[in-house]
Amino acid sequence: IAPWIPVVGLEIHAQISSNSKLFSGSQVQFAAPPNSLVSFFDASLPGTLPVLNRRCVEAAVMTGLALNCSINKKSLFDRKHYFYADLPAGYQITQQRVPIAVNGSLSYSLCIDNKMSQMVTKTVRIKQIQLEQDSGKSLHDDTRCQTLVDLNRAGVGLMEVVMEPDMCCGEEAAAAVRELQLILQALGSSQAVMAEGQLRVDANVSVHHPGEPYGVRTEVKNINSIRFLAKAVDYEIQRQIEELENGGTILNETRAFDSKLGCTVPMRDKEGKQDYRFMPEPNLPPLILYDTKSLPANMNHQQVINIDWIHERLPDLPSVKREKLVEQYGILPEHSFTLLNEDGLAEFFESVVKQTQMKPKKVIGWILNDLLSYLKQHSLTVKESPVSSFLLADLLNLLEKKEISSTAAKQVLVELWKGEGKTPLEIVKEQKLELLHDQKELEQICQAVIDGQENEVIMMVLG
Amino acid sequence: QKLSVDVLDHLEHLALVDFRDSEGVERLQKAIQFAEQLQEVNTDGVEPMDSVLEDRWCLYLREDDVTEGNCTKELLENAREKVEEYFVAPPGNIPLPKLEERETFLQSS
Repeated sequence: IAPWIPVVGLEIHAQISSNSKLFSGSQVQFAAPPNSLVSFFDASLPGTLPVLNRRCVEAAVMTGLALNCSINKKSLFDRKHYFYADLPAGYQITQQRVPIAVNGSLSYSLCIDNKMSQMVTKTVRIKQIQLEQDSGKSLHDDTRCQTLVDLNRAGVGLMEVVMEPDMCCGEEAAAAVRELQLILQALGSSQAVMAEGQLRVDANVSVHHPGEPYGVRTEVKNINSIRFLAKAVDYEIQRQIEELENGGTILNETRAFDSKLGCTVPMRDKEGKQDYRFMPEPNLPPLILYDTKSLPANMNHQQVINIDWIHERLPDLPSVKREKLVEQYGILPEHSFTLLNEDGLAEFFESVVKQTQMKPKKVIGWILNDLLSYLKQHSLTVKESPVSSFLLADLLNLLEKKEISSTAAKQVLVELWKGEGKTPLEIVKEQKLELLHDQKELEQICQAVIDGQENEVIMMVLG
Repeated sequence: QKLSVDVLDHLEHLALVDFRDSEGVERLQKAIQFAEQLQEVNTDGVEPMDSVLEDRWCLYLREDDVTEGNCTKELLENAREKVEEYFVAPPGNIPLPKLEERETFLQSS
């Protein structure tokens, strides 16, 4: 049987972190009373017009720059038509002809064979980033055979990031999305929390034999976490391989991931190929962006977006932060990945290093092996840690000064987790964990042990 | 060129319009003919124009302030049916029945 090459592409929708919506002044907020954050435009009442939010454009430019894209100085808005109860206008305003950013790339890392010690860097091409409106939310009430519609989300700004099919499995897709999430959070252009719908991922999956053209692809939707993304992609790859090996064919369809069953199922409402009848949005002229060279002389600053100005002010991206951590503290690259992967952990580590004489290379072990594993066991975030950086540094100082052994330190840590407000020194005294340095005292103890175990000693001496 | 029944059926599905009778189709036909006059102009090498202001900035950028919303009551006045403060809609899209299954003059043409 010839080998199969799986091909995975992603379409990611990231909600823009802004106060108000993309084309209207209603508020962007998760979990508010239904239909309270809706303007007349969002409800598509006649006579209303879209007005572009400057902050949303800046967020898209920042994201495009961080992903090494070319920013289109002139981009256009279009209407994408389809009927659904949560799309009151009957169309979505998007950028189909000329999006705001194109041709970028994203680098991400993977562990080979699940060993943290062997990391490999991969790149995925970014086809484009476009600005578009989010739709409202439909709550399906099957018992009463109706759908309840909340338009609070209708019109919220989205950045759609399209990743080319350069990935080959669930693990790669998950790693790429995780890195994108960290980048968006570092930029502040999106909070990218999947659980709150701020980051939604659709996967395009197909398989083919080497040397042959790409196979028919399916689109997989309804993926609610990065973990499920990996599962959904891997399941779909397997399903397609099995189907083809059994002589079947793959339909160009949209499937939903069922997280309970761990499989993909065809989606009911999508019958046949959609014809969106794209047309230019007649109420919005082209979006023009400038750089320092092309900046017009006499124009209101508020009406001008300078790409170079935004570029200069980009914060450190995760990859840069990792390099800095490795360089500054002498930790391993894989350590820097774990530090950035956990919200607040890098800051915690740096805080401990500042407060202790112990070398960062040793501190990192305590952070990653002890602190982190405890937090994971108890499903706590770094912010919720009962052990503060101050307490941990205090403990590590005792260890560094050789007042306690590392075994004793671990015991103290267990006690500290209880969060009873005791200092490490208090716990050491309570449990008598001080290291003995007095030679005579040590000899006495050893002698007493030997005297008490005469038979065992004889056995040992005899070999 | 006469519009085929397939195209008319496709349009009725996509836009949820009802051409109703041959007069409606004739009106559509005339509209297309009128617009097709644009094809007589040779636009080779000419960029499509989106706005008469061309490349000069003209898209107004709004500051990111919250200035609207909080009019739930007013909006719901437009709703035929509501549940608490939600709009009520059918459980899913109700697609137009297939050509063979609906009463339309398109069948006879």
